[in-house]
Amino acid sequence: MIAYLGRRVIQSVLILLGVSLITFALLYLLPADPVRQIAGRSATPETVENIRRQLGLDQPFFIQYWHYLTSLLSGDLGRSYIQRSEVTELIVSRLPASLLLMVGAILCELAIGLTMGLLAAVRRGTATDQTLMVASFVGVSAPQFVVGLLLLYVFAVQLGWFPIGGYGTWRHLVLPSLTMGILGAGWYARMMRSSMIDVLRQDYMRTARAKGLARGAIIFRHALPNAILPVIAMIGIDIGIFMGGIVVVESVFGWPGIGQLAWQAIQRVDIPIIMGVTLVSAFAIVLGNLLADTVAPFIDPRIKLR
Amino acid sequence: MKKFLTSTVAVSALALMLGMASARAEHVVDPNAKQGGAITITYKDDVATLDPAIGYDWQNWSMIKTLFDGLMDYEPGTTNLRPDLGESYEIAPDGKTFTFKLRQGVKFHNGREMTAEDVKYSLDRVTNPKTQSPGAGFFGSIKGHEDVAAGKAESLAGVTVVDPYTIKFELTRPDATFLHVMAINFSHVVPKEEVEKYGADFGKHPVGTGAFKFAEWTLGQRVVFERNPDYWHKGLPYLDKVSFEIGQEPIVALLRLQKGEIDIPGDGIPPAKFQEVMADPEQKARVVEGGQLHTGYITMNTTMAPFDNVKVRQAVNMAINKDRIVQLINNRAVPANQPLPPSMPGYDKEFKGYPYDVAKAKALLAEAGHPDGFETQLFAMNTDPNPRIAQAIQQDLAAVGIKASIQSLAQANVIAAGGDKAGAPMIWSGGMAWIADFPDPSNFYGPILGCAGAVPGGWNWSWYCNKDLDAKAAEADSIVDPAKSGERAKMWSEIYRKIMEDAPWVPVFNEQRFTMKSPRMGGADNLYVDPVHIPINYDYVYVTDVQ
Repeated sequence: MIAYLGRRVIQSVLILLGVSLITFALLYLLPADPVRQIAGRSATPETVENIRRQLGLDQPFFIQYWHYLTSLLSGDLGRSYIQRSEVTELIVSRLPASLLLMVGAILCELAIGLTMGLLAAVRRGTATDQTLMVASFVGVSAPQFVVGLLLLYVFAVQLGWFPIGGYGTWRHLVLPSLTMGILGAGWYARMMRSSMIDVLRQDYMRTARAKGLARGAIIFRHALPNAILPVIAMIGIDIGIFMGGIVVVESVFGWPGIGQLAWQAIQRVDIPIIMGVTLVSAFAIVLGNLLADTVAPFIDPRIKLR
Repeated sequence: MKKFLTSTVAVSALALMLGMASARAEHVVDPNAKQGGAITITYKDDVATLDPAIGYDWQNWSMIKTLFDGLMDYEPGTTNLRPDLGESYEIAPDGKTFTFKLRQGVKFHNGREMTAEDVKYSLDRVTNPKTQSPGAGFFGSIKGHEDVAAGKAESLAGVTVVDPYTIKFELTRPDATFLHVMAINFSHVVPKEEVEKYGADFGKHPVGTGAFKFAEWTLGQRVVFERNPDYWHKGLPYLDKVSFEIGQEPIVALLRLQKGEIDIPGDGIPPAKFQEVMADPEQKARVVEGGQLHTGYITMNTTMAPFDNVKVRQAVNMAINKDRIVQLINNRAVPANQPLPPSMPGYDKEFKGYPYDVAKAKALLAEAGHPDGFETQLFAMNTDPNPRIAQAIQQDLAAVGIKASIQSLAQANVIAAGGDKAGAPMIWSGGMAWIADFPDPSNFYGPILGCAGAVPGGWNWSWYCNKDLDAKAAEADSIVDPAKSGERAKMWSEIYRKIMEDAPWVPVFNEQRFTMKSPRMGGADNLYVDPVHIPINYDYVYVTDVQ
């Protein structure tokens, strides 16, 4: 177990290093010159070169990368080119909002997805099953931008149940969580359905039915706990999907998280922020996968760590 | 423009009486204005910085203007210069020395009095390369600027504190734009002790002398300004509080405006909703339309064949159907025929430009040796409506035989291609087009049409460099005497007329501004389309529902 963990941690660090190198290289190769952007359109060539020197951007690629890595070790992600603030400060101030949204989204997708999957499995082959599976397919494939705007229009503008974007109270959280959750709910509904069908086919289920147990007791007491565990173990892997989703959803709902920060930085080619958010997201994804893999054997004894 | 000229003439008549000095006429306080109340403005993007030496986007430009003051300013809603922190100024007959008398008793938001030392400190700071100010280049005419820019001096030799309320500027050449330079944000006055206290984070803790003072900044969510009770201009501002809510998509902002939750959507009316809003009389009544110091244009790289042939460039000018492009963006612009926008001094009303004439364009191409046209590339920014406009241009070009393939790229990449001599044959400037830093015709020349801009990484994407015109421009800018500003504007009109003969650009349209406001907002319409305060002039607007 400890050997396994050690190996995985080393792997994770290597993955993060790889991500940082690739991102740094891609941003380095962009034709956009960050110095020109800082210097503005009325700068003289001397000013431009001066700023380039001050930022160390006149150095060769690997030296720049090395400087970035060494300051990274002390938690310094550099200063934003456009906002001129510490990137760490910008990310830290926005992380709570993103985490809150993530929790909301997980609750939504589990509540909706598991219910749908359970219902579909129990009613397998019926019109209910088919309707639910079509709905989950729509949920998986609908662009979050569209879903978000649709929910906003119906529940905030027309019905006025929730505020139109913003941040602060639980009512602000509902629509963005739902938007994120609908995508995940589709996946969970499908996984839950097949997992539940698997379990219902098992011999002990037939035994339970033969014993004359009530249908409700069979499903909720015997089948559900066994079917739900492998599904729950997937949450860690979800983080990757979330990190992609928050960029869109936070922008639509004006949610002040790191997704919105990333989106703005990409539009303004604010390289230190893009770099910082990418690393933080990569870290979250690696951590999520690590957690999912470590927890899985405890939940499902059929899985063994090697 | 006419208004600008007459008022400048009035100012200069006064200046003559005072021996080339000018004094500020106090703004008359609006009799209908009510004191108090708060307004909310929304923006999609984070506020980058509120440091006047650094901030250089249209979002923070007006915010900085309301927190800080400079020696000069503009009459609200107009492009007419007037003294501000400087109470009066004197220009030496050679046009190379400017002496400002400062207003006394002006206090920074931290309570300390502002003096000439602060003015000097602020200019030394903005020109110091360590500050990395995008505006440092504006101060190039001040004596000693080169030494400071090169890091050889810490202080501008040409700026002298005569006494606490008098400051003198010596220039290396007569500079007619200097009063404008004293009005741009980069020259606004900052207190040294606060800058030193916050260092690189001063932009997040701004302290100035302006009508509002900084109150709160919650990163990614909100920026709040409060009324400065000690503002030197008694009776201003009218509002107690201005809040900026950040991270709101324009479409969401419009919905919130319709529900009465906000007062001004800072990013404007989203294009997709524009017609809907304008079709509703109730909403349309709350939209204020105004000109903008903006021109959208197509550049043709004059160093690349076949655009090195003036006939080809003239043919392209005749091939573009500007009316159709204007329709494409829901008439949110007016067709252009010259580089200067109509609200800019020096705009030539008589000039007709190139007509839309496909037959003549084809004939010119044939004369230039391209009877069957040629193949080329048109670069454009990839955000709406620019790809659609690029397609319209592509179709117009195809009609005269020019096959242009569209390179639709992110803004930074188009800018990079434009700044590379062999980068882009044609660029549609939409989304990156020139908006003037200050309302003076010279501002549309140097960086985008003059030789100085035709350098790698520059903004002269036509790579058009006409030494004669550079000399004429320098001559025009040496006419400092305000009494001769009419003559100077004529010289600039002449320069732009010559440029259009060489046709490095196709001027396509001048964007109009449409500011939508909540029903409770009060104040003259021109405050909502103020040429230097985008979206609105916070110092002078008010709300009508305060008790």
